[in-house]
Amino acid sequence: MSCQIRTQLTDNKQEFHTSPDISLNIRNMKQLEYSVLARRTNQIKDELKKGVKKSYREVIDVSWGDPHRAGVKPLSFVRQVLAACIYPQLMDGDKLMVDVKQRAQMLLRACPGGSVGKSYAYIQYGRVSEYITRRDGGVPSHPENIYISSGSQWALTNILKVLVNSEASPRTGVLTPVPCHSTTILSLMALGAEVVPYYLREEQGWALDVEELQRAWGSAKEVCNPVGLYVINPGNPAGYVQSRKSMQEVIRFAAEKRLFLLADEVYQDCVFGEETEFVSYKRALAEMGSPLSDTVELASFHTTSKGLMGECGLRAGYVELVNLDPAVMKHIYSLFSADSCAPVLGQFALDVMTNPPQPGDPSYPLYMKVDHFLFLIHRKAFTEFINSLPGFSCQPVEGGAFAFPRVFLPPKAIETAKELGMKPDTFYCMRLLEEAGVLSSPGSEYGQQEGTYHIRFCIMTPSEIMEEILRRLSTFHKRFMNEFS
Amino acid sequence: MSSMQQVNPKVRGIRNIVNLQGLAAQITQQIAKGEQKPFQRVIDVSSGDPHRTGMRPLSFARQVLAACLYPELLKDNSFPSDVRQRAQKLLGVCNGGSVGSYSASSCGIPQIQRSIAEFITRRDGGVASDPEDIIFSSGSQTTLMLVLHLMSSGQGPTQAGVLTPLPCPHTLPMLLDEAAIKLIPYQLLEEQGWALELEELQRALRAAKGHCEPRAIYISNPGNPTGHVQDLKTIEGVIRFAASEQLLLLVEEVYQDSVFGQEQKFLSYKKVLFDMGPKYSDKVEMVSFHSISNGILGECGLRGGYMEVINMDPLVKSFLMSMQAPYSPPVLPQLALEIMVNPPSPGDDSHEVYSQEVLQRAEIISQNARRGCEFLNNIAGMSCQPVMGGVFLYPSLQLPVEFIQQAEVLGMQADVLYCQKLLEQEGVCLGPGSENGHDDKNFHIRLCVLAPPAVLEDVLQRLSSFHLRIQERHH
Repeated sequence: MSCQIRTQLTDNKQEFHTSPDISLNIRNMKQLEYSVLARRTNQIKDELKKGVKKSYREVIDVSWGDPHRAGVKPLSFVRQVLAACIYPQLMDGDKLMVDVKQRAQMLLRACPGGSVGKSYAYIQYGRVSEYITRRDGGVPSHPENIYISSGSQWALTNILKVLVNSEASPRTGVLTPVPCHSTTILSLMALGAEVVPYYLREEQGWALDVEELQRAWGSAKEVCNPVGLYVINPGNPAGYVQSRKSMQEVIRFAAEKRLFLLADEVYQDCVFGEETEFVSYKRALAEMGSPLSDTVELASFHTTSKGLMGECGLRAGYVELVNLDPAVMKHIYSLFSADSCAPVLGQFALDVMTNPPQPGDPSYPLYMKVDHFLFLIHRKAFTEFINSLPGFSCQPVEGGAFAFPRVFLPPKAIETAKELGMKPDTFYCMRLLEEAGVLSSPGSEYGQQEGTYHIRFCIMTPSEIMEEILRRLSTFHKRFMNEFS
Repeated sequence: MSSMQQVNPKVRGIRNIVNLQGLAAQITQQIAKGEQKPFQRVIDVSSGDPHRTGMRPLSFARQVLAACLYPELLKDNSFPSDVRQRAQKLLGVCNGGSVGSYSASSCGIPQIQRSIAEFITRRDGGVASDPEDIIFSSGSQTTLMLVLHLMSSGQGPTQAGVLTPLPCPHTLPMLLDEAAIKLIPYQLLEEQGWALELEELQRALRAAKGHCEPRAIYISNPGNPTGHVQDLKTIEGVIRFAASEQLLLLVEEVYQDSVFGQEQKFLSYKKVLFDMGPKYSDKVEMVSFHSISNGILGECGLRGGYMEVINMDPLVKSFLMSMQAPYSPPVLPQLALEIMVNPPSPGDDSHEVYSQEVLQRAEIISQNARRGCEFLNNIAGMSCQPVMGGVFLYPSLQLPVEFIQQAEVLGMQADVLYCQKLLEQEGVCLGPGSENGHDDKNFHIRLCVLAPPAVLEDVLQRLSSFHLRIQERHH
């Protein structure tokens, strides 16, 4: 393969001769801004270990939706069950509560050989489909339409593989929101799909405007064949939660344009606006009745990585498919079978997520005593605080794990960034990292309107850490704005 | 996408999988519901999954992982001190001290990459390994897929192709289909214990030219499913061949811990490559794969593996890393990998138990392999090559003409029909050779010998009576 990619030493010159052998799609995948910041973070961490003096003692990392990284403790019930599954001898004696043991035993019973070492997708799909039915107020869900994988991105990629024909001309297009988290964009690019952006309306709390969908679709028709519409609800990075009305408009649009609806709903358990409520696309679709509820094709994605569990490292997610042609389902089945299944422990975590301890269970009190509800206060505290800083403007965060404030960078700062060969928001993030030890994520990673800049912060952190972040951010921001005024 | 026409042609092109395991699961459920069958339970030895057959996991690994999952366990003394120390060390390399956090990079946790690199260096007698060349994922298949996708291009005569051994690991043909890469078969020599013959490699390459663009050679050593362990001469020959034909070497070495033939020793392709001097070691491009699913640890369900890329163009490598970027590798299996490459040392509390368990496992496989081979060779119409490594036996079957015809009428491969009937009548699930890409006139079946001896004995007896029945019935 890369034998054809030779470094040709001609005289004193070295030419990298990239062969056409590597698919154009892969060559087009953009490098993440993140890697630059991540590298510097690792260096800073090393410097701190060596005793180099800085105005902070540790780096606070709020660049990813990774609550454990930010210091949130995992849920005991989950971890106890998993530990018992991995080392069943723990169940001897009284260290673990009765309901922990019962759950572990139930999960292990379904593994041939009674051990998590087996590799077949085990999970009782019935329990996941029951969970979905409960969540959706009774809208039926069928186990055969559910597929488990190592994290929602794998499931999304598999569905995209079926949708996207990389050899087609015109190319397959998927309408994608701006802003959108980078992993999906990367997957789309790698598969050779055309990413068709539709802009969310920041001034309206990042609302999804059907007129904008129409515009995007219209312009897409000239360059590609749009087949899919990707929506993120609750949003990432922007923390909106769609209203039922908005969702119905989206569904009607998808039906009219015959688009496959891909609903990324991984933050569905993180909804906290007082008037907001998470409604799944499946439910919204079902409530609209025939013929829409029988024809619109939908894939909805969920995971153990977000929500209360925040178990990103375990890698388990699922996709539920609605209204797909059975012949097409066969191919999806073979794709998911070709791929290795989700780690068994991840599947177990999924079981706990869909069937948590109930009132009356011995583990229930501890389970309920979670820090997560403190986030309700954080998001308000964060947005209010950041809105009080001149040069920042943040839409209310109704759901998800992030705040995505807009920062109005002074022209001098933008100039300096350009001279350094950096995007202006990356420049801001880099300075914030260097001077205040806070690792955030630049808006350019997610897409934004030309000429606007944003920063993404994960706000799913324990209170003390949030306070520290706000303190450092405030000091830094004022200094920065002064320097470049 | 309501019609089949709109489905991505590459996906439509994935061959139909033989779903015996699904059938096995179904039958198990039926038995659980109280349905009567001629047998009490299903024994599945079709894949190299020791837990499925009833082997116990290694205690040290499980204790450490349990403590990492639920660190409260570290507070009391119920675990030996080396378990606690190891768990603490591993939690220290996890973000936020939790296995629930994403890995620091999409290639894996840096400290563990270092551990793996050190392990490889030790294994190869000092040949250096760079942590930056180690890329993690959920199992060796996933890492292989990334490389295949990277390589995939062209159509018709320009389609990328990979020289693939027949028989090959049963998951490989589907992966090649999905990546739209042509499978260029080279036959292994059954009569010589499934050895690789260079003339056959050359013949296969010649035959492929003009029909596709050969880009790589896939090697499985120790062989899956054949159990053949390649000798130095063969490995050097393959490397020279790859060098002269400018082919990438894809070397799957997941059974490297599982070698038991007296005369044979596992030789890593990397070590041999470097021993051949700069003429080859600077040029030949290689990716070698390993995983926790096989060998000593046998933790298939945990899903952990890595690949080491050797002599890969930095630009190509950066593409590989960006393809990996959206997929975060699971943390727990990386910890398991670390345990695999750094087991308890002599003097540690857990060392004795660990060594015993490993020894026991090794003895079981080699005894089972011998017993199985002998037994199968004594059955009329079956013939089994001796195995030196890996976890499978891969005997050939002589099937009655009538049986073969029956299969044709049903539109199935005869070995698939054989395995299906065996499952239905005796409750034993084996793998058909056609899954391993084998579609010659000899039929084969595949069975895993990493199982408690009593289980294997049961399997052999049932297989034997089934086989004799088939011979009689169709005479």
